[in-house]
Amino acid sequence: MRRFKTTKGLIGIVLLTIIALVAILGPMILPPDAATKMDMLARRSPPTWNHLLGTDQLGRDMLYRVILGARTSLEIAVSAVLMSIVLGLPLGLVSGYFGGWIDNVLMRLVDTLLAFPALLLALTISAVLGPNVQNTIIAIGIAFTPYLARIIRGEALKVAQMPYVEAARASGTTDGMIMLRHVLPNILPAVIVQATISLAFAILAEAGLSFLGLGTQPPAASWGLMIQASRDQLDVAPWTALVPGAAVALTVLGLNMFGDVLRDILDPKSK
Amino acid sequence: MKDIVSVDHLRVEFATDSGPVVGVEDVSFTIAPGETVCVVGESGSGKSVTSLSLMRLVEFGGGTIAAGALRFRREDGTELDVAAASPAVMGEVRGNEIGMIFQEPMTALNPVFTIERQLTDGLMLHKGLSQAQASARALELLKSVRIPEPERRLKQYPHELSGGMRQRVVIAMAMACEPKLLIADEPTTALDVTIQAEILALINRLKRENGMAVLFITHDMAVVAQMADRVVVMYRGKIVETGTVEQIFTAPKEDYTKALLAAVPKLGEMKGKPAPERMRLIGDEATPPRPAKTRKPEVLLEVKHLTTRFPVKGGILRRTTAQVHAVEDISFTLNVGETLALVGESGCGKSSCGRSILRLVKPTSGEVWIGGRDIGALNPHDLRRARADMQMVFQDPFASLNPYRRLKDQVAEPIVNFGLASGAELKARVEQLFDRVHLPRTFMNRFPHELSGGQRQRVAIARALAVNPKLIVADEAVSALDVSVQAQVLNLMMELQEDLGLSYLFISHDMAVVERIAHQVGVMYLGRIVEIGPRAAIFDNPTHSYTRQLLSAVPIADPAKRRFAEDLAFKPIKSPIFPLGHQPAPSVYTEVAPGHFVLKD
Repeated sequence: MRRFKTTKGLIGIVLLTIIALVAILGPMILPPDAATKMDMLARRSPPTWNHLLGTDQLGRDMLYRVILGARTSLEIAVSAVLMSIVLGLPLGLVSGYFGGWIDNVLMRLVDTLLAFPALLLALTISAVLGPNVQNTIIAIGIAFTPYLARIIRGEALKVAQMPYVEAARASGTTDGMIMLRHVLPNILPAVIVQATISLAFAILAEAGLSFLGLGTQPPAASWGLMIQASRDQLDVAPWTALVPGAAVALTVLGLNMFGDVLRDILDPKSK
Repeated sequence: MKDIVSVDHLRVEFATDSGPVVGVEDVSFTIAPGETVCVVGESGSGKSVTSLSLMRLVEFGGGTIAAGALRFRREDGTELDVAAASPAVMGEVRGNEIGMIFQEPMTALNPVFTIERQLTDGLMLHKGLSQAQASARALELLKSVRIPEPERRLKQYPHELSGGMRQRVVIAMAMACEPKLLIADEPTTALDVTIQAEILALINRLKRENGMAVLFITHDMAVVAQMADRVVVMYRGKIVETGTVEQIFTAPKEDYTKALLAAVPKLGEMKGKPAPERMRLIGDEATPPRPAKTRKPEVLLEVKHLTTRFPVKGGILRRTTAQVHAVEDISFTLNVGETLALVGESGCGKSSCGRSILRLVKPTSGEVWIGGRDIGALNPHDLRRARADMQMVFQDPFASLNPYRRLKDQVAEPIVNFGLASGAELKARVEQLFDRVHLPRTFMNRFPHELSGGQRQRVAIARALAVNPKLIVADEAVSALDVSVQAQVLNLMMELQEDLGLSYLFISHDMAVVERIAHQVGVMYLGRIVEIGPRAAIFDNPTHSYTRQLLSAVPIADPAKRRFAEDLAFKPIKSPIFPLGHQPAPSVYTEVAPGHFVLKD
């Protein structure tokens, strides 16, 4: 079991390292126009020696686009998820720990946000703020906050009823300290799991915004934009969807494996 | 072969990631028809694995019978090796020729089926009865387990029945096909003592009437003494000793059995002793039991008319529709260096009382004075300060320590909270505390999961001691521990009381433990103290009818004092839920002897 976990962790770390290196080094090594240069003679070309992963409807090289899109996609997704944690964690923690009217007020607020589909919410925020990378991050970050807050609240509620929290209260620990020292470490595993899942959705949310003209602006590349662009040519050029799709899948896989291992590292029982 | 069951060199293994782990090894015993064999042992001794193997249910838990034979004589006289039987044959035997009673009556019944459906399913399957015949038989069964209003119960769902009634239904299910062997795996562990007494008496009667053999699994030596014809003592997957119940209790051969018996508090053995006394443990002769010092009585804790009610919410608007009267007009005093035990059955309000005193829940009314200060009148800031004087030890040592923090940090937490020490001084104090509860200092850097239950409870005690409190509320502090560990923790608590002059509010359901540790005893029933007084007065001269009922239901760890031969029917405990605005009468007491008060009904 332990060996399996280590192997799994190793695969996760290797995957994430490769993706991070590609995202960081790609733009430095490749010529600046690599993602936008059109090869009009090889439009919708399947993978060939000239274009290792094929080309899209404008003859742009898929390999270069997926490499250069990595940075945009990951930057937006990671920042947005971090933002949703920064907003959602205190919200859920306070709500679940104190309960009562605080919980009622905060959770009705969260429910109001939940009533809108996440993408619609992100769309509205993005439209109000204007289309650029920073605003896309804010939009997705806010749209994802209620989901995270809900999950954290549930976990905090469960932990707050544990005898060790009551024991801490009985020995004179202040509420702030109980939340920090006792509740937070015990809900962290759930946060990590939710964060890795959220990252995948954030990549796709960015795609949705880009498709509607509010996220990444063409001709710049992002994985989401590429998946959206492939929508009406799935039958003639499936690789245009498969290449960015695989990139998203591998990233999520790597994150999940890494997340599991991170959770185990944090768990004192595994030491 | 006359024996109904003969287990021969049984070995059960469990596959784990780090290779096979042996659950039980080289276990052999026999059960004759009409005989009760008790398998007794502490947690992890393999007693449940043994019983599950007999039903071949151990496979569903990931175990395999690696070696040995389990011979069971079937109804038609043929002998079946359970270890080698096909799943189809086992399907015929299970629930038909071997009945089983499980520990938890709440989960052993399916919540979405009526009682009738649960009883008739097995009858129609095994005995080929029609629906009408099966229903008639189900009614008969409910009558035989003495459930009141059996006709009505048939149509009810499990959640409508009390815990004791549910366990009776479980027994009726096990008895439905008139098995030749009944396996009872800790059937009364989750039940209150009066219900336990009823269930034990019921099993005894059914066994006598049907000539059935019983395999009884338990950790409780007192229950063994009451039930067993023969006893199998297990430890770490192996048999330590086998013998008749008289042999085991009067002349145990093995050291482990002797140690186990020495650790069991026996109701009545403190008769005539003025003060609590530490238990005499085998291998612990170095510290002979010494009677506690008598000190000048000085009041530490005074509780006056304490009342705590919890709202019951209902309806769409979640309005308060009724109130649970958890604690109802309780008054008592506790002296410095003494122990007051609150005893009672589940739901009697003893835990709520302890938590109300510590202000972990807010009492509805009443006063709590500790060392001349009214805790109820303090503002939140002063209340936090006052917590240094009163600490708590909880029941479950697994849940009362944070799994993510090192033990030294958890023990240091109260000291840090009150800013009493830091740096090297803090470290020294934590080291002293670990010494104080007899834990090695190497444990300081460990996490809770690396310790056993008893060790964890010592850490919890060290944490409670950290700020030199005057009062410790111990809420069922030894109930979750194995009996030998329980004795050690009890001795530790008494030692600390002698050395530090601590006062304990000892909340427990176990009368034998209470008799050991308490100076004063308060018996609680439906939120009120029905009888309170010096230990000797309560145990020697129980005056309130409920105290008598409680004492008569306690099993005694002595096979010469059998109590549960005939059917028992104790008065069921009433519900403590009352409509809003219900004003119960105040508690009025009669003093039957100096310091011995009994509630007027």
